[in-house]
Parts: sequence; structure tokens; C-alpha cells
Amino acid sequence: MAKIVKLISKNCGKIVPGSVEDYVKAGGYTGLRKAMKMDPQEIIEEVKKSNLMGRGGAGYPTGKKWEQAYANPRRPEYVVCNGDEGEPGTYKDRLILSQDPLRLIEGMTIAAYVFNIKEGYIYVRGEYLDLKDTINDAIKNAEEANYLGKNILGSDFSFHIQVVWGAGAYVCGENTALLESIEGKSGRPRKKPPFLTRVGLHQAPTLLQNVETYSNISYIVEHGGEKYHSYGTEYSGGTKLVCLSGNIANKGVYEIPFGTPIREIIYEIGGGIPGGRNLKFVQLGGSSGSCFKDEKLDTPMCYKALKDAGLKLGSGALLVIDDSNCVIDFLKCITEFFIHESCGKCTPCREGNTRIFELLDKLSKGIAGKEDMDRLCEISDLMKKTSFCGLGQAATTALTDCIKYMKDEFLEHIEGYCRAGVCNMSGKEKI
Amino acid sequence: MNGTHLVTKVNSIIEKYNGSQERLIQILLDLQKESGQNYLSEDCIKEVSRILDMPISKVFEVATFYSMFNREPKGKYIIEVCKSAPCHVTGSKNVSKMFEEALNIKMGETTSDNIFTLQYSSCFGGCDVSPAVKINEKIYGNLTMEKINEIIDMYRRK
Repeated sequence: MAKIVKLISKNCGKIVPGSVEDYVKAGGYTGLRKAMKMDPQEIIEEVKKSNLMGRGGAGYPTGKKWEQAYANPRRPEYVVCNGDEGEPGTYKDRLILSQDPLRLIEGMTIAAYVFNIKEGYIYVRGEYLDLKDTINDAIKNAEEANYLGKNILGSDFSFHIQVVWGAGAYVCGENTALLESIEGKSGRPRKKPPFLTRVGLHQAPTLLQNVETYSNISYIVEHGGEKYHSYGTEYSGGTKLVCLSGNIANKGVYEIPFGTPIREIIYEIGGGIPGGRNLKFVQLGGSSGSCFKDEKLDTPMCYKALKDAGLKLGSGALLVIDDSNCVIDFLKCITEFFIHESCGKCTPCREGNTRIFELLDKLSKGIAGKEDMDRLCEISDLMKKTSFCGLGQAATTALTDCIKYMKDEFLEHIEGYCRAGVCNMSGKEKI
Repeated sequence: MNGTHLVTKVNSIIEKYNGSQERLIQILLDLQKESGQNYLSEDCIKEVSRILDMPISKVFEVATFYSMFNREPKGKYIIEVCKSAPCHVTGSKNVSKMFEEALNIKMGETTSDNIFTLQYSSCFGGCDVSPAVKINEKIYGNLTMEKINEIIDMYRRK
């Protein structure tokens, strides 16, 4: 039976968001108090033991990142939080930012303490501007209670946080593009390496993590890395916020322990597919994520098991698609998104998405031929290999998977038939 | 916003951010919000470039890169219908149609009284109530024709 474990979402809906009094009453800031009595390297050790992986999508081990940053001759000078969750179907960071922003702030403060960093930034997507007061109030309240700002808790450690708003650009979720945006520029990705822990914001070493990643830190420090790890699996420590969306009964954000099979998340927590419809396929990790059918649903939510199954956890968004939808129509929607969000810096991504859309459009009109299928695969492969950043490289993940698992439907469209009855095949008569 | 009023407005917002070039995006967001028509006029952008002492091209680049910045006047309220995958598979096309019908305009257009602009948007995180729309900063979901008419009436009365 699938279970929900509330480690980082336990305050959501229970306390006044951003109220230090409520947060402390619910056990908040115990982690920071403990951390400030610890040696920074001990804290890093606990984070390593927790097996916490970066929750933004890349899944890089947080403890390893901290250890490497600590070993650098020039340690990080900024703590930056990526709150630009733009992957369609992802709204977990929104939950933390709107319901328990102090948990994020505490996590960032502990990170700042480890590296003795004085300045921090929370970058939030402009689409969340309705949360402006909540986040600003949380920072103000933490400062007034001396958990943030000058001489935190009477020590000589000072740390300030500024909030920076995005203005609508998916690509800013890419860490280097995000830093460009904090610097007030267009959010175009930088070349990597150098990695951010060496050259980041204002060309200085920078520690950058996702909202959810920082939000786990206080629990890990308070209860120890092993305790946190024990909730998950050998390879994936702790819990994950998953976002259920699409054709599913109980849409929402749920905190689940790593190791829970996807099927249980969809059918037990999510309540299955409404309206007597059947599952067509699932997309994991947002619009840049993998698509798969029923046969992979028993894969446990765990970085390693997913990787072995050829899938990636990404942001943790689970989009359920029922059989009333057409795969071509779905891919057209995904591709339109990437056309809109491509920053235009490199040709494969800027042009590739548009060409793919044209080919999908031909399929949906019933005027595509077999050679168009080859062309789709060719462009998709080229984009994967030659795009400048992750956006272009991952833009055709769904397309590749859908061709792999639902090739028959592509072929039906070439014959002029859409089994879901979504595509109108308007071009067919003209041939 | 005209002439001296514009200069004062731009000056006061830039001052709020200590005249920092790095805060350009925040400055433009505030200016757009206070424009009353949800957009950044050419005069406004030129004024920002003059006061911040930045090339006009740099300010234009930022103002055209981010999708939330508008270069044409919009309605007082921008109704954004999400067309990303989670809303698409739950029927966002119907929502666009219902709004078009309720407001008697097409997607991309503004009502003749300049109160509403109807347009598409990428995902804004309202997937738990999909198909969702965002009106300025507020998200609405689980929409029916009746609910849409209520929402529109409420904004008209504001």
C-alpha cells in the first residue's frame, strides 16, 4: 500500500506561511540551532549520508556537491535557490514557497553557515508573483526574530536573502541561465564547464540548488543523514514531492518515500483515471521527460531503478494521459511549448523544434509519408547531440519515446487514421 | 503615462532599486504593472535606458526576451489560458472556446473596453486545478461556463 510521508510537507496547510512563531512551534529552526553548534564538515558529512540528490531534475548528489565546493580553494560566495520550476506539470516548489517558505529559508541559512556565505538569492518564476508578499514577509519575520540577517542568533554569522523575480522564461530554470537572469540579463545559458561552484554569480563560486533540495536540509541536520536516508532506498535517500496532473482523479502534490512503485502512486494516491477511461501513457518529469506505457508502471520511484528502466525522475511531475488523447496531438502540444521556450541561442534547438512541429502537423493532417518519420528521428537525434543546453537536448525525449512505444499510431496517421478521433485529417482529401 | 509623469514614475521605481542595472528585470516588471495597460511603451524603455545609463538595445533585449513583458497595450486584466500538456489533456481547448464566447473576442485579442486581454500561456503551475487560467496574478481552475461568467462579472465590477 502506497504511503505518504510528511518530512518536508508536514507544515503545509497547518501553519500560517512565513510566521516564525508558528514555524518554531512546529519544530522549525531546530536544524539551524543544531547546525550552528556543529563543525561545517560534520554537516556536509550528514548531507552525504542522507543520500539527498538535487531535486531540480539533474539529481546530482547534494553532499558530493557541498564536499567539492568546500574543498575548492575559493569557497562559494553566494547561496542561490532555483525557484523557477517551469516544467509543465511541476508545482511542488510552489507548495513550499506558498505554504512553508521558512523551511526553504532555514535550509539556505544552514548552507550559508557551512560555507560562511553572506549573501543569498531566491529566484522565483514571475508566474508566481502572487506569492510575493508571502515570501517577503517570511524573510522579514525571520530577520526580526534574528534567524536571518545580521549576527544570527547572537553569533558572528550574518546572512541576507534577496528575492529576484523572473519574467516568464522556461530556460531560466537552467542554472547558468538563471544566474544571467539574476544579473538582470536575458536568460541565455552559459557554457559549462566551468561549473557554478567555481564560476557562478558575478563570476564568483556559487552554491545553487532547487527549492525542494534546500527544504530537506533542516530535517537532515536535525535528525541525521541516516534517519533521512532510511525513508528511501539504497540509492535514493528520503522522500520526493511528486506532482500528479492530467487525467487523474486526485491531482496534487504528495510527498512519497523513494521506492514507491509508480503504479501505486497513480492508482492508490492518485485515485486512478476518472471517467471510465483507460491509461494511454505517462510522462515523467515534465515536458522534457520520458513517456512510457503500462508495462513500466511497476518501476519504483528511485533514481537507480528509473535509470535502469531507461527513465529519468526529472522534477517529479507525473502526467497521466488517458486514451481519449492522440499521441500526435499531444506531441504537437509539447513541441509548441519548446518552440515558445527555446531561447534562440543555438540553431539545433531554435530551428529543430519548428521543423519537428511541421512534420507532426503533417501527420495530424494525414498527409505525412514514411520518409517524414525518418526525418523526425533524424532531427530529434541531431538536436540531442548538438544543442547547446539541456533544453534542446531534452526537447525531443517525449517524441523519441512515443515513436518507440506507439509507432503503430504514427503509422496509422500516415494511413490517414487517428484512433482517438482527435486529428481531423483535413489535408487527406487534397492528395 | 505621458511626459513628465513618465519620467517621475521611472525615476522613482529605479530609485527603489538603488539605480542598479542588475535589477533591470525587476524594474521593468514594476513599470509594466504600474502602466495601467500591462505593457512597456517605447518611451518608457528609452527612459529606463537613459536613467540606468544602459544602451537602449540592452533594455529592449530584456524587454523582448521574457514572455511576461508586453510591447503592446493590453487589457487591464490579462486572462491567460494554459496550453501546456497537463492542461491540454484535460481540455484547455474548451476553456479557450468558453472564454472567447463569454468575452466575444478571439484568443490574442483585447475587449473593446480595454478590460480584458485573452491569450495563451505556458504552464504556470495550476496543474492541480487543470484546465487552468491565470488572470493577472491569480489562478482559477475547474472551470465551467457558469463559473467563467461569474469570474468575468467579478472583474468587471472591480
